[in-house]
Formats: sequence, structure tokens, C-alpha cells
Amino acid sequence: MIHPIPSGTRDVLPEESAELRSISEALRATFTDFSYGEIYTPALEYESVLARGDLRALEPAYRLFDHSGQTLVLRTDMTVPIARVVATRYADSEPPLRFCYFAHCYRRVRPERGRPRELLQAGIELIGSPAPAGTAEVLTVLVRALRACGLERFRIGLGDAALYPQLMSELEVPALLAERLLDALSRRNFVALSEELDRSTLPEPARELLRDLPQRRGDPQPLLSALPARAAAAAEGLSAILALLEGDVAERVILDLGLVRELGYYTGAIFEVYDPALGHPIGGGGRYDDLLGRFGRPLPAVGFALGLERLHIALAGEERGENGGLP
Amino acid sequence: MSGPPPLGLTIALPRGALFAPALALLQRLGIDTHELESNERRLIFPEIGVITMRPSDVPTYVEAGAADVGITGRDVLLEQSELAGREGRAVYELLDLGFGRAVMVLASARSEGEDPARRALRRLGVMRVATKYPRIAAGHLERTGRQAEIVEVKGSTELAPIAGLAEAIVDLTATGRTLQENNLVVREEIVVCTARLIANPVSHKLKAQALDELVQRLRKDGESNGFQG
Repeated sequence: MIHPIPSGTRDVLPEESAELRSISEALRATFTDFSYGEIYTPALEYESVLARGDLRALEPAYRLFDHSGQTLVLRTDMTVPIARVVATRYADSEPPLRFCYFAHCYRRVRPERGRPRELLQAGIELIGSPAPAGTAEVLTVLVRALRACGLERFRIGLGDAALYPQLMSELEVPALLAERLLDALSRRNFVALSEELDRSTLPEPARELLRDLPQRRGDPQPLLSALPARAAAAAEGLSAILALLEGDVAERVILDLGLVRELGYYTGAIFEVYDPALGHPIGGGGRYDDLLGRFGRPLPAVGFALGLERLHIALAGEERGENGGLP
Repeated sequence: MSGPPPLGLTIALPRGALFAPALALLQRLGIDTHELESNERRLIFPEIGVITMRPSDVPTYVEAGAADVGITGRDVLLEQSELAGREGRAVYELLDLGFGRAVMVLASARSEGEDPARRALRRLGVMRVATKYPRIAAGHLERTGRQAEIVEVKGSTELAPIAGLAEAIVDLTATGRTLQENNLVVREEIVVCTARLIANPVSHKLKAQALDELVQRLRKDGESNGFQG
């Protein structure tokens, strides 16, 4: 007999479950060491509440109605629910606030390896600690937590969601073109980016800068020292973060000036976690300094989320010595 | 196996119309493609870091990280991005390689009077369109406000209007000769397609140096060869 389960979901049996648990225990121990308190929130939220985040980028997989006809969605991430918790349950608390979570989230995606519709996320949120110190703390927790799991070859790609828009406004790029350039970048399409710039009436040096900058990525020091003056000013925020990182964290960081996270609520530093054993990022995060304000408690914030299943695949891949591509 | 592949990257190559110009390109980069040319059944060439596959599989391998980079047609990328929804395939599109130029067209049978596809739309309210690119075809007709019934075929599209399966076809044409020979006329040009270099997002970060070097060399090659493959 066949009793199907919804597309993009799956059962986890004891052997896999035990491995996932040992990963989450290692993460939890690190989060606890850094004083991040674990919280749970309802899997179901009112759609109108989650819509204060970015439901366009994080499309809910499942919508339902409750008895009174209100639209409910299964949460798409934990960042927005935690913003809600802070604004309601911690309305008068002195920041900074530190939370961690292990929770299932639900997204409307094309199901594929390590990218289910029901995904188990582990992450932290640091509320009320501005850049660069808050960002540096979160990156430190991220690196230490991944190392605690036994992941060895990972790197963190660090960029800034505000960098390219800021540069475009300095170069007086018209609004419509700016939107198209950002769209090409978020689709990772450098051919389209280049074509849009070729068609534009911008002066050649501006075009060259806008074409070249998002392709710059790699070890921080050589990258920063080779930046043209105008771009270097825009990248000052990144330098400030790097200056606060300890050696074991800094050695994991590469800069990526073309990094665009798809989430609308990111305002500053953004980052992704890469491992050579996996073709997709394992997780990522960034600063969202405006989101809490949308819930009535304006506080700067930063956090990250890791896909536990992806982390598991990467760990297993490292064990087998996978390096991406041919052996 | 002797040493690492010459470019330090795994490259996915499409066995198809783009294969010959892609090989010529690798040769100009100084890669020995002799074995690639002479052995059609072999799929994996670790000594030069190449894997070969059906053209529409290239983005799949690259997206999953089974290859660092790949060469594929814009037609394949467009068709699959419509498949994946607005997010598209999670690969970097790094370079227009210029070769393999072809146009995605809407064509229908030559006729003395009205275009048969237009006539079907006018009188029956819908045109039937046979294609190997159902998503590009549906997207084009939707954007231009016409109702269509998309008939997906796997083989020669040109047969469909002649045999009465559809009034029109959406297909890729390089010279227009096959269309002409089958008495078909191009009615609309949808998009120009060329070969593209794509990269896996993680390889793009972790193998940045090897990748940028490849892009540089390909760009230089394109300038001196006028991107003619």
C-alpha cells in the first residue's frame, strides 16, 4: 500500500535522527556558552503578522484558515516570529537580547537535495546590538558552532546588502536601472548585469565599477587593499567587522562584494556559509535593523540560520573527502 | 590519472550542437581534447576535468555542484528558469561565449492568405503551438496576450504543422534552413540565444581564483576571436 506524504517533506528514522541530534547538541552547547536562550514559538502564525517580514521572498508552503476565517501560515523562518516575541513579550526589557532556536520552517520551494519544503533550522538572533560589534559576535558564534559540529573546511562569505545600492546612489544611477541591476545580481546573472550597463547612459568609469565590484570576492586583506577609492568607502562597514574578529574566526571569512541575500529585510552585513562538500550554501544570515521597528520596538538586530539537513550532508561529504566536482 | 585537471575545475560540456565549438574553445585554452573528440561513449574525462552530458542536464549538474562550471545554451537556461519559477536555477551566469548563436522563433506554415496560427486564434480563440520549449512558448504567448494550447514534443517540431498537430511551432533556429525546407515561415523572433558559461554558487566563492582566471582567458579569447567559436 502507498500512503503518500506531502511533496518536499520526509520521515527521519532513528539512525539519521541520532546523527542530526548529535549535530544539534553541538550547536546548542555553543549557543548556550554564548548565553543564547532557546525559545519555541508556534508553527502556525497569522499571515498578517508574518507579512511584516518578507513573504514575497520567503513564500509560505502552506496556508490554512482557522475557525474564524483568519488566514494562518506555517512559519517560513524564525527571525520574524522572534521579532514578534521581542516586541510583545520583551517590550520593556533592556537590550541586548539573545535567542537561539531549533525549529521546522516551511517554504514553497522546488524540492531538491538538502532543500525540502519542511526544513529544520538552527539559528540565533542577537537583538539590540548594533554593527559592527553585534555582527562580529554573531559571526564568532557561527564559526565556533560549526567547528563544534566537526565541520572543517567551511568558509563564511561576508558581504553587505547596502553596499551596491549605496554605490549606485552615489553614482546617480536612475531608479529604474538600479532596480534592474539589483534584479540581475540577485539572479546571479552577470551577463544580464553587463548588458544593462552597456545599454545605459552612465559614464564608462561608473559602468566599469558597477560591473566589476560584485565580482570581487576572496581573502579580505588583498581584496580591500585593491579596492578603488569610491568602493573602499562603501566597504568601510566590512572592514570594521573584520577588525573585531579573533584569528580563528577571521581565518574563515572571505569577502564577497556581490553577495545579495534574497530577503527584503536585510539592511547591512549579510553572509553565507559554504563548504566544498556541498553545492549549496549551508546557511546564512545578516543584519536586519528595520524589522523590529515594524513590530513597534525599533532595535538593531542580526542573526543567522543553518539548515541542519544541509549541514549533515556537508559533514557526511567531508567524511568521504568530497571536494565538489570530480574526485 | 596524472595530476590535477589543467584548469583546476570540473567542467560540464553538452553533447549536442554546442559540443564542437566548446571543444574548439578548450583547445584554444591549451587543453588536449583529442580523447573527447575520438570517444563518443565515454562520459568522464578526469585527466582534463571534463564531464559530458545531454545539453539540458548541464544546469542540473552545475547547480548541484557535481561540476564547478558548465557550458550551456541560453535557451536551456531560459526554459529551466521558467521551470524553477521566478528564482531560476541557482547558478551564476558568468559569460556570454558568443558561439552557438540561434534565435528562438514562432513559425507557422507558409500560406497565400492569413497566417494559419493567427487565423486559428481569431476563429477558434486559441492557437496550438508545438514545441520542445513549453515554458518559453507559454511565457511568450502569455506576455503577448494570446491564448495557446502548448503541445510538447520531443522530436522534430517542424512535423507538427504539416501533420496538423498544431498551427505553429516555437523552436530554435540557427540558419532557418530546416524551417524553409519544411515550408515554414518565421512569424516572430522571441529571443536570441548563445552559449553561456555558468558556475556553481559555492564553487564561485571557494574556487574564485581558478574561476576568474578561466573567465579572463575566455574573455580574451572572445576578443581575439570575435566570439566566433
